Amino acid sequence: MSVAASVSTGFTTGVASTVSAKYELRCRECHKNWGNQPRSICEDCFSPLEVFYDYAAMRGTFTRERIASRAPDMWRYAELLPLPATYRPSLPVGFTPLLRAPQLGARIGAKNLLIKNDAVCLPTLSFKDRVVAVALAQARSFGFDTVACSSTGNLANSVAAQAARNGFKAWIFVPSDLEPAKILGTQVYGAQLVRIAGSYDQVNRLCSQIADEHRWGFVNVNLRPYYAEGSKTVGFEIAEQLGWRLPDNVVVPMAGGSLITKIKKAFDELIHLGLVEAKAVKFFGAQATGCSPIATAVKAGNADIEPQKPATLARSLAIGNPADGHYAIKAITKSGGWAEDVSDPEMIESIQLLAETEGIFTETAGGVTTGCARKLYRQGRILPEETTVLCITGNGLKTTDVLAGAYPVVEPIPPKLAEFETFLRTAEFSEIVEGLR
Amino acid sequence: MNITVQIPTALRRLTSGTGQVKCSAANMEELFSALDQQFPDLKPHLRDEAGEIRRFLNVYVNEEDIRFLGGNTYAFQDGDEVLLVPSIAGGAL
Repeated sequence: MSVAASVSTGFTTGVASTVSAKYELRCRECHKNWGNQPRSICEDCFSPLEVFYDYAAMRGTFTRERIASRAPDMWRYAELLPLPATYRPSLPVGFTPLLRAPQLGARIGAKNLLIKNDAVCLPTLSFKDRVVAVALAQARSFGFDTVACSSTGNLANSVAAQAARNGFKAWIFVPSDLEPAKILGTQVYGAQLVRIAGSYDQVNRLCSQIADEHRWGFVNVNLRPYYAEGSKTVGFEIAEQLGWRLPDNVVVPMAGGSLITKIKKAFDELIHLGLVEAKAVKFFGAQATGCSPIATAVKAGNADIEPQKPATLARSLAIGNPADGHYAIKAITKSGGWAEDVSDPEMIESIQLLAETEGIFTETAGGVTTGCARKLYRQGRILPEETTVLCITGNGLKTTDVLAGAYPVVEPIPPKLAEFETFLRTAEFSEIVEGLR
Repeated sequence: MNITVQIPTALRRLTSGTGQVKCSAANMEELFSALDQQFPDLKPHLRDEAGEIRRFLNVYVNEEDIRFLGGNTYAFQDGDEVLLVPSIAGGAL
């Protein structure tokens, strides 16, 4: 291990405590060590690099009590994040609510259902804030003054916001059909937006080429191994919020397939360090039918994906050539889990179902997750009594366009009590008629 | 068919710094044979022990993923531009 990092935590309280972490990049396939540098692939075998930690160094010192003494944000797990020496976080990212979901459970046949609600993750209302926070910590230490990303929207918002907060220039590359709210929510932070007339996969390929030519910190290209580690904090938080227990099942939306593998890594690390009891957790992946290369491979029993041309309104999941597809398939099948997919109408209906039952307005990816969970309960792949966590990763206010026309336009009435009483009778009559249908 | 191959930076140490290679090939098999011949050190980086293209290496022809064009059976056209790009990029979900 080549790097010893000391990390300041305790952003919210302002009390900095110093912890030590040791980590470095290693090839997932040939296991060659690459130290710490802005690089995502092994030049020997072209396989992905992964952050490996010196777990022995933190055993016995990274304890539940120590974690509990820190501020309620993702930095409380600093030992298991690849953060540079003396890094001091500038934002309290993460530690989003884990909510019981009895009303939704009653509708889909679940008795022990929970929602990990990253629709309220700070600062930009999606789980992407976690990965960007870690990537920008490394971007600074590698000396980049410009950060960049290819994005389906949520990442664009998060990179733009956190770049502004931390004094980076930002270049954001997006497919041209992105939702207006996500475009506005990028430009407002002063980022340079580049709209590409093509799919996300084409944007992504272009960014790999640009990263080859420009010395920029692309969070999901040359900083990707560090960035992806931020996803683990979803898993750490689920375990801690369950009272340092692991759930029976986790249902996770899949685009590139990274999050599901990182939640698994988080659980494995907690078991390895003795922070939770060992337990077999089943991993379930959720995709939109119009872009479901991972679910298709799982159902067919294939170890690798066949790329697809996305055709779905769930743009945040519209990655036809998922970089972590192979590893996501492995995580799902080895755990005894499964992958499902839902159509766009099912996704929209599921957004409404989650909002109406639990008061959570999620974006399209959350609709996919909820819809797939419903299918998995119906199929008996998830049993009602099992502790099951749905990962809701984004906020519905960013994708309101998919609900256009879903509700009647409410005509205004004069500001008179009599008018309201008439309106009320009409509304009650409509409710009765609706109930009779 | 005369085609142009763009070599990613990560592999240029194996091509004496060359970023663009022109060669003649009818299909993927011939293309990789031509590259093997010109740059023998490149071969183990592009293909695994079984001779298959490495799992995380994507091949694009005129900016289209070759798997959408028929993969190994695709017949190159004169002037095709081939990109070799690592697939390790994008998405955190």
